[in-house]
Amino acid sequence: MTEALRYIYFLLIVRPVILVVIGLNVRRSEWLPQSGPAVVVANHNSHLDTMVLMTLFGMGRLKKVHPVAAADHFLRNPIMAWFSTKIIGIIPLEREVKGVRSDPLAGICQALDEGKILILFPEGSRGDPEVREAFKTGIAHIAKRHPDVPFTPVFMHGLGRSLPKGEGILVPFFCDVFIGQAIRWTGRKDTFMGEIHESMNKLEAEKEIPRWEVS
Amino acid sequence: MAPFQYLSHQIHLTFAFVAGMLVVANVILFFRKRADPNRDDNELVLRVRTWWIIVASFAVVLAVSRTTAVVFFGFVSFLAFKEFLSLIPTRRADHRVLFWAYLAIPIQYYWVGTAWFGMFIIFIPVYMFIWLPTRMVMIGETKGFLRAIGTVQWGLMTTVFSLSHAAMLLVVQPDSAARVAASWPDEAAKASGGAALLVFLVLLTQFNDVAQFCWGKTIGTRKVVPKVSPGKTVGGLIGGVATTVVLSAFIGPWLTFLDLPRSLAAGLIIGLSGFAGDISISALKRDIGVKDSGNTLPGHGGVLDRVDSLTYTAPLFFHFIYYCYG
Repeated sequence: MTEALRYIYFLLIVRPVILVVIGLNVRRSEWLPQSGPAVVVANHNSHLDTMVLMTLFGMGRLKKVHPVAAADHFLRNPIMAWFSTKIIGIIPLEREVKGVRSDPLAGICQALDEGKILILFPEGSRGDPEVREAFKTGIAHIAKRHPDVPFTPVFMHGLGRSLPKGEGILVPFFCDVFIGQAIRWTGRKDTFMGEIHESMNKLEAEKEIPRWEVS
Repeated sequence: MAPFQYLSHQIHLTFAFVAGMLVVANVILFFRKRADPNRDDNELVLRVRTWWIIVASFAVVLAVSRTTAVVFFGFVSFLAFKEFLSLIPTRRADHRVLFWAYLAIPIQYYWVGTAWFGMFIIFIPVYMFIWLPTRMVMIGETKGFLRAIGTVQWGLMTTVFSLSHAAMLLVVQPDSAARVAASWPDEAAKASGGAALLVFLVLLTQFNDVAQFCWGKTIGTRKVVPKVSPGKTVGGLIGGVATTVVLSAFIGPWLTFLDLPRSLAAGLIIGLSGFAGDISISALKRDIGVKDSGNTLPGHGGVLDRVDSLTYTAPLFFHFIYYCYG
């Protein structure tokens, strides 16, 4: 039942909004993973980021794709929790592990073992719109435990203008989505993070971006 | 009335003629590729394919009803305005101002759909001109105010106000007390006089673009505006406008209720203003440092790249018609 609702929600609400109201300019969508287990790492500016990536995967791969999202934000009340886990299909992640000695990455690792495609935003938060922050090293821990899983870097621009943090009204802007080549565990944390970082820099430099005027 | 039937057979023939031209383009590209398989015609092939889609969509929305055609032009305005805003830098503080600017699009096309001329002609130049800066001031960010409101208003004027004049042609009915008497090609054409004007405007504007381009390649060395558009020569401009005027003289009296002198004048207006619109959008793109305004139309670039000339020809052609026949 909820699976059908999820399908309808993405087909009739998410896709029209993303493809018609927003409008995408995608480069190399064929480089997105065809099947799991796989991870997509992207910069984060807006709640729309997840919707754009899930739209790019298409209705055929919808069942397999799950965004990883902060438990403290998306599970904050029962209705939100139901919508986040059942309709969007998030895998909740505890951003701050308090006291208890439990493995914060257990949910992610389990999903990868089940062959799912995960969407991760290693900046950890949407932050200031259209300002890219350094990726946190949590992804290196995941890669180390799953050395065969490809990590595909994706750079997105425009959604921080459409729906920035703290705004409830969507204003349409075209969104650029540039997809990079998949990267696998290199054997070392610093070289792995370095490769991901370099790839994101290259993707960002592909297009001159109109910046906010300094104010 | 059933769909497809209210359009005059002259409009049907015009679309058939355009489809014929596209077939010719396809055939030429096919044989060029066969003569030299290494030739890279990908961009041109894409361009012609996109032309097929544009012409077919235009024919269908026009044939279904006046309302679908108005909605179609509203959607084109939306895409063009979105492209414009995506190209330029905007202030984060203006998020809600931009939302209001978008809201102007359905409202403007509502005036078109209901043929409310008074509101259509003042809504954006007067009401939006005053409301958008007022909303901006309420937010209170003064740094970059003039630049922000100037760019948004210019964008609305070109992509929404100007383009909506093309759709407004659909509701034009020649007045019996007008300065010039309408000369109808035949009795059956009276049911789709406005649609004929719109087809005439769009066809001549796009034809003029092509004519300017071809003449510019063949003749002339003196550049009109070398800093903006190095490909545009004086010879190309004159040759392009002359060709457009000639085509206009053939098509105008046959397709629309314009007589020969008015058709010649309309050709001249479209030829010259099409050129001006083309280079204005070129200047905008050069200022920002991009080649194309977007990627919506494969082989063409963005929607703004395709309708650049139309943003200037539509209001001027409309007001010429309104002066003569309104």
